[in-house]
Amino acid sequence: MKILVCISHVPDTTAKINFTPDHKEFVSQGVTFIINPYDEIALARAIELTDGGKGTVTAINVGDVSTEPTIRKALAIGATDAIRVNTAPRDGYFVAKQIAHVAKQNNYDIILCGRESSDHNGSSVPSMIAEMLGLPSVSSAKKLDVEGNVGTLEREIEGGKEIVTVEFPFVAGASEGMAEPKIPNMRGIMSARTKPLAVVEAVEAPQLTNVVSYDKPPARSSVKMLAPEDAGKLWEMIREEKKVI
Amino acid sequence: MSVLVYVENVQGKFKKSTFELVSYGFAVAQKLGTSVTALSIGDVADDELQKLGKYGAAKILNAKNDKLKTVNVQPYGSVIAEAAKAEGSKVVVMSASFSGKGIAARVSVKLDAGLGENVVDLPDTSSGFVVKKGSYSGKAYAFIGITSDVKVISLVPNSFRVVENSAGAAIQSFDPQLSENDFKLVVKETIRATDKISLPDAELVVSAGRGMKGPENWGMIEELANVLGAATACSKPVSDAGWRPHSEHVGQTGIAISPNLYVAIGISGAIQHLAGVSSSKVIVVVNKDAEAPFFKAADYGIVGDAFEVVPKLIEAAKAFKAGQN
Repeated sequence: MKILVCISHVPDTTAKINFTPDHKEFVSQGVTFIINPYDEIALARAIELTDGGKGTVTAINVGDVSTEPTIRKALAIGATDAIRVNTAPRDGYFVAKQIAHVAKQNNYDIILCGRESSDHNGSSVPSMIAEMLGLPSVSSAKKLDVEGNVGTLEREIEGGKEIVTVEFPFVAGASEGMAEPKIPNMRGIMSARTKPLAVVEAVEAPQLTNVVSYDKPPARSSVKMLAPEDAGKLWEMIREEKKVI
Repeated sequence: MSVLVYVENVQGKFKKSTFELVSYGFAVAQKLGTSVTALSIGDVADDELQKLGKYGAAKILNAKNDKLKTVNVQPYGSVIAEAAKAEGSKVVVMSASFSGKGIAARVSVKLDAGLGENVVDLPDTSSGFVVKKGSYSGKAYAFIGITSDVKVISLVPNSFRVVENSAGAAIQSFDPQLSENDFKLVVKETIRATDKISLPDAELVVSAGRGMKGPENWGMIEELANVLGAATACSKPVSDAGWRPHSEHVGQTGIAISPNLYVAIGISGAIQHLAGVSSSKVIVVVNKDAEAPFFKAADYGIVGDAFEVVPKLIEAAKAFKAGQN
């Protein structure tokens, strides 16, 4: 079984978010970067499914050379090999185009992504890749099991879940619950240095969106504290002051 | 040229988020000097379809086909793209529901249309077409310009108020081309709790965390939610421990919600939790620990024992609701 796992290089969850004075770019100096949390889940599941010689896991990232430490982490966790498409990730569509192009040249049985990245919160890349390749997709899957060449997934829906089955090949976005993220062991970390990391050039793609600016939300005005004995006054207060109930 | 609005139904009925979406589509259509065509896929009765007219749908395309009875992202994407082309729509709008996100992405590729995903406001058309969305897991907003001729938007539920705008509501049958290749994914079983308020759509949410000490103590959380007419949610440690179902987990790796009121009981307010709830309009925090970081992100706070405070809140909520009726 050949699985392609899409890895995003994102700021650490606890990082303070700052933008350049023109509000057009995220300030990455001094920020620790990690594998996108949902992608870690996807990677862990892919490794579980191919464990014991049952297949290979290729990690792919669309990014410039600064993302290589993050890609090496994916190799340390257990990916077989990796590919970096040498370009900045312009938007979801652009990233999907690059990955679809690489996928077209290889016969992956499953393409796994995290359901969304913690920086752009797009949740569209897995479905876009699928559409570009004419494949079925599940954009948010909480479970993925494989038997033969059939995947059984638990799709997230409002207030419940849906069980779906689909033959290889397909694309899925991993959500929480699909697997526990793996911590690389010593052997993994050592082998990451020598596992193949191929760098390929990007392909042309139309630019359909651009970032006009980023902004931080206005801070909430300071909290209004109530003593526990006055808890009963809360709802009237909210109704009067905020009018949401 | 109309704005095409794809409306989801659950077992043949529309939800509040559907009417929000049509209201939104109508406002966008007004900006562009055009009208709204709603597209419904699946088995929806005429009298339910008619409701869309109340919120601005001038025309309603009814794609009723046996093969399209259950939501299936691939064929639905094809149907929507076909309708958009037939209508000459320059803007296609749908809800950023779990299915909607996947469908919007596929439609975007089919139409070579830039995608504004998880949008929270009307587009700014003063210079180009710019949409606002959350980014960096709730820590920032991004303003994205969509530069393609055709544009696709997915709208976050509960971010646009329902507005009544009477329009034609002329129902037309829509018979799309269906391709075998679109039906490779088979839906085996749909399990949905229909009696509970769905979290992503909820206007009011009561949430609790480890401060509740155990699942056996959730009775008062459910009672408070019941009295207020709120959905229930929980923090990650609580769903990880199996005290509450995963579908209630709100946070960075759970569900992101944007209710009008979020009441958090016994939750410390770690960054990962805030990522899921920071778009809430009003946040109330009840916690025994005065140093809990959540107080910094709250509008109202009570430092106290949940087991003493929540019963008071329930009593007051009952009186409040009685006073309202």
